[in-house]
Amino acid sequence: MGDLYDSQRAMRQMRKAAMQRGVVAILDIGTSKIACLVLRFDGPEQFRTDGVGSLAGQSQFRVIGAATTRSRGVRFGEVDAMQETERAIRTAVQAAQKMANVRVDHVIACLSGARPRSYGLDGTLNVSGAMITEQDISQVMASCDVPDYGADREVLHAQPVNFALDHRSGLSDPRGQIGNELKTDMHMLTVDATAVHNIFYCIKRCDLELAGIASSAYVSGMSSLVEDEQELGAACIDLGGGTTGLSVFMKKHMIYADSVRMGGEHVTSDISMGLQIPASTAERIKTFYGGVMATGMDDREMIEIGGDTGDWEHDRRTVSRAELIGIMRPRVEEILEEVRERLDAAGFEHLPGQQIVLTGGGSQIPGLDGLASKILGQQVRLGRPLRVQGLPQAAIGPAFSSAVGLTLFAANPQDEWWDFEIPAENYPARSLKRAVKWFKDNW
Amino acid sequence: MRSLTRRPAPAAAPRDPAPSKLGYRYQRLMLTPGFRGTVRIGVPLLLIVAIFGSWYSQPENRAELAAKIEDTKQSFQQRPQFMVQTMNVTGGDAIALAEVTARLPTQFPFSSFDIDLEKIRADIEALDPIKSASVRVGQGGALEIALNPRVPVALWRDGATLRLIDADGVQSGQIGARAERLDLPLIAGDGAEYNIAEALTLFDAAGPLIDRVRGLVRMGERRWDMVLDRDQRILLPGDNPAAALDRVIALNDAQDMLSRDVAIVDMRNTNRPTLRMNEEAADALRRVNNTIDDGADN
Repeated sequence: MGDLYDSQRAMRQMRKAAMQRGVVAILDIGTSKIACLVLRFDGPEQFRTDGVGSLAGQSQFRVIGAATTRSRGVRFGEVDAMQETERAIRTAVQAAQKMANVRVDHVIACLSGARPRSYGLDGTLNVSGAMITEQDISQVMASCDVPDYGADREVLHAQPVNFALDHRSGLSDPRGQIGNELKTDMHMLTVDATAVHNIFYCIKRCDLELAGIASSAYVSGMSSLVEDEQELGAACIDLGGGTTGLSVFMKKHMIYADSVRMGGEHVTSDISMGLQIPASTAERIKTFYGGVMATGMDDREMIEIGGDTGDWEHDRRTVSRAELIGIMRPRVEEILEEVRERLDAAGFEHLPGQQIVLTGGGSQIPGLDGLASKILGQQVRLGRPLRVQGLPQAAIGPAFSSAVGLTLFAANPQDEWWDFEIPAENYPARSLKRAVKWFKDNW
Repeated sequence: MRSLTRRPAPAAAPRDPAPSKLGYRYQRLMLTPGFRGTVRIGVPLLLIVAIFGSWYSQPENRAELAAKIEDTKQSFQQRPQFMVQTMNVTGGDAIALAEVTARLPTQFPFSSFDIDLEKIRADIEALDPIKSASVRVGQGGALEIALNPRVPVALWRDGATLRLIDADGVQSGQIGARAERLDLPLIAGDGAEYNIAEALTLFDAAGPLIDRVRGLVRMGERRWDMVLDRDQRILLPGDNPAAALDRVIALNDAQDMLSRDVAIVDMRNTNRPTLRMNEEAADALRRVNNTIDDGADN
């Protein structure tokens, strides 16, 4: 696993270089659309002159270019046809660059699929009454018992969630405190290695450098959960095109993430199959007339579904909105029930806060909040991403929550395992330090 | 069979624009600041330089350009606003005016760009009678020259020539005979011109003797001899000659010393003024003394 940590550290270096250049691109590679935002970093409070404090710390950057394109070659949030994906990324990046009128070299990407799997790790270190140093923290993280997550998987996030010193738990930063036994809880998220490598390769083929990679469920939680929800415990459900990501937050840390391999495109294909219409028409009907709660009015509202066969009868078919809802609702229920299962498996009911936030493009189905509250519990709301500076009006909807979350991730990322010092035991250059420590311990 | 109504053209494949790899690279290249600057400024500049350089490398083009520049310059400088039409010389006496005029340009009109006022001024100031001059092109295209002539304060006899010198010891002219400027005192001797001020104070101090004074002679470049008529001389000391002269005048007032047959009044040693008499007077004095002695002896 040393190899991956090296590549993550290299990405952090790249991110630092991008910050110094001041321009970085955000790439949300989804199943139905690829969004690219170009951010300019100008240092803190550059754009504020009225003395009003910054909003969630994101005022240090500004979105100067934004572009969205139809995604091609991506299925279930994973790269399926590499050439097509590369073209789509090129389209988005070129349009965003054109709007920003600046060349972008560094990209921070997120991926929604790739079968994420969460692990909770804990580690213990005996510090025997000494003051906790950064070395101790890196050692306690290195002492975590890492499960065998498989050779074909890679670690995407590994964040220390909690520190405990002797009987005191919930420490966010134990440095400088004195105790005997230091414990840590870590959340580790692994994904399929091939998916990460494919995205890496696609971005490289576009002459761009990957300066960071994040899980889409995690970053949409960062952008659409408000602060108290993140603190008290909440789940963010990102209803995307090909996958539905869910992430659980507690004490401002992600403690669980997963994805359901079903999304809005499955609803579209159900409509297409049920009404015998092309997928593009089905998508249009879904966005214009779709819903999940039928009323008596919907029986009378007839929708022209058209056709292009030349057969008069076939081309002038109509369906009532109630029929459309009858097709959509079972699939949406299926997705939400799958999400419920995952949340139950993660032990979501034990959290102090039970808030569930629906976001992503699929959350715009009318009546979804009513349906979701029947399946997921009473505390359900629809979430929109945070407002960031310079974001165009077209990109403030819930479909852009992971793109916006990625901007926050780019601006102030949480500390991950690889951001801490390398433990001295694994680092030959520190042998002198080890010798000094041996003398201190034994004399 | 054709349908009776016009059916819409079958929908083309959904518009799905994607930049070619080349187009994408080109756009990124054009957004690179250095490259963009080169293309937008460097290349046009290089092109202009190359075109102009190839045109300029032909000798006939160079000559044409030079002629054109010269022509433009001439037509600008020959405008009536810049032409000098007349000349006014003020200050100075007739002789000086004649000398100055001889050195000034005579062909009127000419452009004020063609004359070198500094050079004209230097030329005029090089003339003996002129102390300083100001030369300018004034209103209405007139060359205005204001002269400040030297004022002679003494005559300096240098061998056979008589030079007029001013207070600074600078020669301002020559005259043929002493009689032309009887109003000026006469000095002579090596280094006399460097001590005009002292000579003038001595002339002022001469007082009642002034009618008899012929001139002052600088002796050994350190002290003055005052020459009177009847070949009398007053040898003055190097330092404080005016006081010595005052003593001589006092002696003269008391005893009419200088109206007697005295050749030289030697005041060089102020503690011991000495008289030298003419030979005959000395003989007469000796004879008188002998007679007195003889009388006394007899």
